[in-house]
Amino acid sequence: MDKIKEKLQQTSQATRSERRGRFISFLALILILVVVIAIFWFVAAKGLATFFQNHINVWDFLSGKTWDPSVKGANGKPEVGALPMIVGSFLITLLSALVATPFAIGTAVFMNEIAPRNGAKILQPVTELLVGIPSVVYGFIGLSVVVPFVRHVFGGSGFGILSGTFVLFVMILPTVTSMTADTLKSVPRYYREASLALGATRWQTIHKVVLRAATPGILTAIVFGMARAFGEALAVQMVVGNATLLPHNLVSPSSTLTSVLTEGIGNTVMGSLQNNALWSLALVLLTMSLFFNVIIRIIGRKGELR
Amino acid sequence: MNKRRIAGVALFLIAVGGLLGLGYQTRNRSSAGGSITTVGSTALQPLVEAAGEQFSGDHLGVFINVQGGGSGTGLSQIQEGAVAIGNSDVFAEEQSGIHSHNLVDHRVAVVGIVPIINKEVGLKTLTTAQLQKVFDGTYTNWRELGGKNVPITIVNRAQGSGTRATFEKWALRGHHVKTAQEQDSSGMVRSIVSTTPGAISYVAFSYANKTVQKVAINGVTPTNQNVTSNKWQVWSYEHMYTNGRPKGVAKSFLNYIESPKIQSTLVRQLGYISISQMHVERDVKGRVTVIR
Repeated sequence: MDKIKEKLQQTSQATRSERRGRFISFLALILILVVVIAIFWFVAAKGLATFFQNHINVWDFLSGKTWDPSVKGANGKPEVGALPMIVGSFLITLLSALVATPFAIGTAVFMNEIAPRNGAKILQPVTELLVGIPSVVYGFIGLSVVVPFVRHVFGGSGFGILSGTFVLFVMILPTVTSMTADTLKSVPRYYREASLALGATRWQTIHKVVLRAATPGILTAIVFGMARAFGEALAVQMVVGNATLLPHNLVSPSSTLTSVLTEGIGNTVMGSLQNNALWSLALVLLTMSLFFNVIIRIIGRKGELR
Repeated sequence: MNKRRIAGVALFLIAVGGLLGLGYQTRNRSSAGGSITTVGSTALQPLVEAAGEQFSGDHLGVFINVQGGGSGTGLSQIQEGAVAIGNSDVFAEEQSGIHSHNLVDHRVAVVGIVPIINKEVGLKTLTTAQLQKVFDGTYTNWRELGGKNVPITIVNRAQGSGTRATFEKWALRGHHVKTAQEQDSSGMVRSIVSTTPGAISYVAFSYANKTVQKVAINGVTPTNQNVTSNKWQVWSYEHMYTNGRPKGVAKSFLNYIESPKIQSTLVRQLGYISISQMHVERDVKGRVTVIR
């Protein structure tokens, strides 16, 4: 009797192992949280120093057109206008997403709806291969193939938004494609069956039913691709020309937030204005990727299949 | 089940332990006096690397860690005392954010810098005034300077690069330049100038090879000889800074680099100009004195 009572009152082995498991996953969660918070805190502290320690007007920073932190401008303040970089980043991101989207949707539809067997056999590995190529390789190809091509066809020096768009388009294509393909796969089979049963052709089914039902997922995929394009540094830096000028046209050298960051950080001294200004750019980048995340969340919540 | 779990845990512990052990074995022993770290200027990096290798060959168990990162990084790291030697293309006094009074300067080499243009342009010499007007955007086509009818494409080094600072100070005489495209390495600049019609930029002598056209300034040709006599004024010292007087390995390594053995072999082979060859000396304010 006592033995049974004892056994019942003790925590069982299953409970203990469950507690242990919960503890371990909790630890992992805490660790990641700490890392994320530390990064945010560090970048924010450094990035805000430009405004609090060096007394740069936030609006001047966001709307100024001259980036030359070691030179004092007309108003006696250092020239830290980040507008050219912000515009450059957004232009490249939007354009590459714009070019990549039709290709991605086309590939995904082909893979899922038109030729599922061959598509899965050939296209899937190919797109996955594209994901694995290091960005420096893309940049190198961009420099030795895309830049001369753009120079011959469109004139100018070949460095600029257009070359950056071409390179980034290939880089984000696999991300958008594979995410779109996943969404198409998750559209329930009976949607298609119902549509076909009503006498719709395959094209009508794809166009009006499958793509319509998958729209939120496709949007999420595009925003994901944009987030990647926005944050890409190395490949873009190699082909964009890195001139801190507002782009006149698509083939004039310009710059992105990331390209100015990677280029400048080694040539400045920690704690100086030049360095703080770069951290402010990093803060803008971080805020933007946070913004992209929020958008993905909102789309995901609003567009759940009902 | 239990055995598998024990094996799993053991494997995990071995992996973590092994990693930590490896890190411990290969840890930086700068405090123990066995090795030192130098960081900074990428222009000076090849020399320090080569000299460091030879130095370790002569002194068993001593390692010279050489890292790039740029002159700014070199100066800030040495100011914080994080490394033994900070390499820089510019005087510490010229870099904002550096309090130079603690830093001791060791000049180990001289680098000449030369404007380079694409070979198709068809020009071989420019005056200072012409250079200034090319870089501030007054001229937009090489035709205006007697060259071929191609638009001028300016390729700059990154803001804060030592090469750029030297070029703007001594070739353009501090003239304000227009914002143009920037590249963060000399090799990249050279390949862009060699392939882009009408491109102009500037690199250290050692980077200017046959794929690009070197430009004489005011009729003076860019040769080592002209640098040593200061006839070619676009040059800079390569500095190795220590925080306070150098001690231990740092001291003997600096002596090694400054020794005639290295100055007459490695320094020249790698395209630098030896300090001992210089007939003039230039201080941070740009005053030139003749060495007797």
